[in-house]
Amino acid sequence: MELISPTEWAKDLVQAIQDWTYLAARSIGNIFRHPRYVSDTLQQADLIGVGSLPIVVLTGFFTGGVLALNAARTLEQYGSLSLTGQLVSISMVRELGPTLAGLMVAGRNASGMASELGSMKVTEQIDAMRALGTDPSKKLVTPRVVATIIMLFFLTIICDFFGLTGGFAVSQLGLHLDAHQYWNNAYQTLEFGDVIIGLIKPLLFGFLVATIGCYYGLTSRGGTQGVGRATTQAVVAASILILAVNYFTSQLLLYLLK
Amino acid sequence: MPAPVAPAESPGRTTDGQPQSAIVLEDVSISFEGNTVLDGISFSLERGETKALLGVAGAGKSTILKLTMGLVKPDHGNIWVLGQEVSAMKEEDLFELRRKLGMVFQESALFDSLTVRDNVAYRLIEEGVPEDKIQKRVEEALRFVELEHTLNMFPGELSGGMRRRVAIARAIVDQPEILLYDSPTGGLDPVTSTTIIELIVKQRDVYHTSSLLVSHRLQDAFTMATHYFDRSKNRMVPVNGAPIDTRTSFLVLRDGKVIFDGSAHELATSRDEYIREYIS
Repeated sequence: MELISPTEWAKDLVQAIQDWTYLAARSIGNIFRHPRYVSDTLQQADLIGVGSLPIVVLTGFFTGGVLALNAARTLEQYGSLSLTGQLVSISMVRELGPTLAGLMVAGRNASGMASELGSMKVTEQIDAMRALGTDPSKKLVTPRVVATIIMLFFLTIICDFFGLTGGFAVSQLGLHLDAHQYWNNAYQTLEFGDVIIGLIKPLLFGFLVATIGCYYGLTSRGGTQGVGRATTQAVVAASILILAVNYFTSQLLLYLLK
Repeated sequence: MPAPVAPAESPGRTTDGQPQSAIVLEDVSISFEGNTVLDGISFSLERGETKALLGVAGAGKSTILKLTMGLVKPDHGNIWVLGQEVSAMKEEDLFELRRKLGMVFQESALFDSLTVRDNVAYRLIEEGVPEDKIQKRVEEALRFVELEHTLNMFPGELSGGMRRRVAIARAIVDQPEILLYDSPTGGLDPVTSTTIIELIVKQRDVYHTSSLLVSHRLQDAFTMATHYFDRSKNRMVPVNGAPIDTRTSFLVLRDGKVIFDGSAHELATSRDEYIREYIS
C-alpha cells in the first residue's frame, strides 16, 4: 500500500472541500439559470421519494415502537406511563425523524448517485455530455439536489408520523395506554420550535446527501474499483456529516428559538 | 486625425474578424501528475482539412482532442477553435462553442441508459428542436452509418463496431463544423475498421467537415489520404492518380512534441529515422 505524506493528505482534503463547495454552489445557482431540467427532477423525485418510502416508513415505525418500549420502563418507575406519547413525539419530531430519514436516504441514494455518476465518469459519458454542449452540473446534479431536498422534507414528515404510530401501537397493545391520552400528549407537547427544528434539518440533510453523492460520483476514477470506492465513501461521508450537522443544527436552533 | 488601425490578426481570426483556421494550437504544453504529456505543441488545421494524429500509445494524441474540445485546459499555450480562444474561455462559455463541434470517443461513450435514437437525438433534444425534425434528422444520421434498424435498441445490445457507428451518427447529427475522432477503429477487426474509415471519408468528401483523427493504425490514415468517396458508386475508391485532393495530412507525435507535420507523400519519403521505423 502506498503511504501518503500528511502534507499531501491535507492538500487533497482542502482540494476536495473546495471542489465540493464549488459543485454544491453551482447546483444551487443552476436553479436560477436556463435550461432547467424539470422532467429529470421529477424522475429523480420519484426515484428518491417513492423509492425510499418503504424503508423510511419501516424505520420510523419500529424506532417509534422501541422508543415507547424503552421509555415506558423508566416512566413506569415514576408513575408517569401516560407521558410515553410526549417522549416519543419530541424525540421523533425533533431528532430521530430527520436523522433516520436522512441516514436511510443517504444509504440508499447517495450510493446510487455516486455509482451512477461514477460509472458515467469512467466510461467517458460525462465528457461526452460536455462535448455535446450540456453542463453536467445542470443536467445531473441540480435535479438530484432539488429532488432530494424536497423529497427528504416529506419523507421526514412521514417518518415522524409512522414513528408516532409505532409508539402508539406499542402503547396500545403492549402497555394498554388510552389512545386519546397518547395522541393528545404527543400533540400537546409539540411546540412551534420543535416542528421548525424538525423541518429545517431535512432540508440541510437532503442538500448534503445529494451533493456528496454527486461529488464522489463525478470525481471517481480508476474503473469499476474506483466506482465502488466512491460509492462507499459517499455513504460514509454523507452519514457522518448528517450526524455532525444534526448536532450543530440542534445547538444553533435551540439557541435561536429559546 | 489618426489613420484607422487595422484589427490585429490573431492565429484564430483574419483581419476582418472571420475565423481563418478551424483549429490552431500554439506552443501548448500539459502535464498530468508531474508527467509532461505535451511539450510546446504547435499546428493548425485548415477548414475542410483532415489531419491524422499519429504516435505511440501515451504520446498525447487523445489529449490534443480533449484540449481542442476544452475538456481539459493547457498548462501553457493557446488554442483557437473557429476563431475563439478555448484555452481562455470559462466552462460555461464553452458549451455554446462545443455545439459546433462533434466528437467520437475512443470507447464510443454512448449514454447506456438511452436508446440509440435518444443517443443520436441527444443534442437536438437539448436544443429544443421540434419532435418531427428530430425524428427526420436522427433517421438521416443513422442511414448515413447504415444503422436505421437499431433505432430502439440500447447501446449494450450493439457490437463494438455498431456502437462506434452510432457514436459517429451522434457526432454528425447536427452537421458540426469540426469533427474530432478519437481512435475510431481502435479494437475493431479489419473489416469493421474499413467500414468506419469509409464513413469518415464519406463525411469528409460529402460535407467537407474539418476533422482531427487520432489513430494507432497507420493503414487507416493512409487509406484516408489515398481514397475518396465516390457518390455515384456510393463507396470509397482509390484516388489512383485522379486530380482529386483528399485534403488529408499527417502529424506525428513523439515524447510530447510534433516531429512531423505534412502530407502522406512527405511522410512516406521522410528521412527521419524514427518516422521510417514507425511507418515500416
